Amino acid sequence: MHRNPSRPLSPHLSIWRWGPHMLVSILHRVTGSGLALAAALLVWWLVAAATGAEAYATFTSVMGWLTGTGAPEGAVGWILYAIGVIIGVGLVWAFFQHTLSGLRHFVMDIGAGYELRTNRTWAVMTIVGSLLLTALFWAWILFGRGA
Amino acid sequence: MSAKMETALKQVRGLGSAREGARHWWHERVSALASLILSGWFIVSLLRLPAYDRGTIVEWLGSPLAAVPMALLVITTFWHLKMGVIVVIEDYVHEEGSKLFWVTLVNFLAILGAGLALFALFKIAVTGSAA
Ligand code: HEM
Ligand code: HEM
Repeated sequence: MHRNPSRPLSPHLSIWRWGPHMLVSILHRVTGSGLALAAALLVWWLVAAATGAEAYATFTSVMGWLTGTGAPEGAVGWILYAIGVIIGVGLVWAFFQHTLSGLRHFVMDIGAGYELRTNRTWAVMTIVGSLLLTALFWAWILFGRGA
Repeated sequence: MSAKMETALKQVRGLGSAREGARHWWHERVSALASLILSGWFIVSLLRLPAYDRGTIVEWLGSPLAAVPMALLVITTFWHLKMGVIVVIEDYVHEEGSKLFWVTLVNFLAILGAGLALFALFKIAVTGSAA
């Protein structure tokens, strides 16, 4: 390879630091892949509803675990409870994060938002937005309905 | 539309840089937009349902105004995630044999998943809230 060594390599393999745009980029991939696995839950839900009461009860017990309903007992119970809540909250967050960074993709696909400051702002906004929407979603599930 | 995004040379050769990049890129975005609209509908509908017991769900999915968007959601989401996961595999699996294996597996699983979901919707639609 003929390369002028006085010119910088970009991006450089070892000289870089984390920025919000990198985080959002890799999160888009991680959340997209996680959501693809979670699509199995959607299929299970529909198949269970079509199959019968017993199949649906099995499904709802797992969903109850993921939404943290029911009182945990003992150390193992609490650990399982925590894992369930982490997966449940995590999936909702993954959806909002992927969707917001997907919208950011759309904007950047039309060639907008590449100025450093703007790019950084919107990268940060997808993260703030996904956390906010996740909190609102769970607040609605836990408190909104009863009131 | 996707054809217009390909260069003339690519159309002549039938090969782009990655053989079918432009079409894939465009489909990933069209399916993303469709998933965006339909998953928005789905989340709002779920949050508005009074309960999530089987009776409520089956009755809701029995109505065409729920069953049809739900079927479209299954189709667009599985289309989108199938293409997306295959890109991820192609980025990390470089050996041709195992790449073929994983890509084929994802293709099969995506079609199986979508098929099961669509049949379940069909069954709910025709048998209704009975049983
Ligand atoms: C921590 C830092 C990094 C993160 C989180 C990251 C993340 C990613 C992700 C998620 C993609 C896929 C993009 C997509 O499909 O839209 C990608 C592609 C790529 N990255 Fe990085 N990357 C990082 C650092 C680097 C560095 C240091 C280099 C080069 C020295 C690099 C070179 C590339 C290249 C060449 C591609 C392929 C682009 C393409 O296929 O169109 N990345 N990166
Ligand atoms: C909930 C269902 C969804 C699943 C399972 C899913 C899954 C995926 C996967 C696995 C990828 C590939 C990631 C990569 O190459 O790094 C991807 C890419 C993408 N997704 Fe989604 N996604 C979903 C919903 C959405 C929505 C609602 C939007 C739109 C706002 C969206 C926008 C995108 C875009 C624009 C890409 C292409 C990114 C690129 O070219 O690098 N996705 N999705």
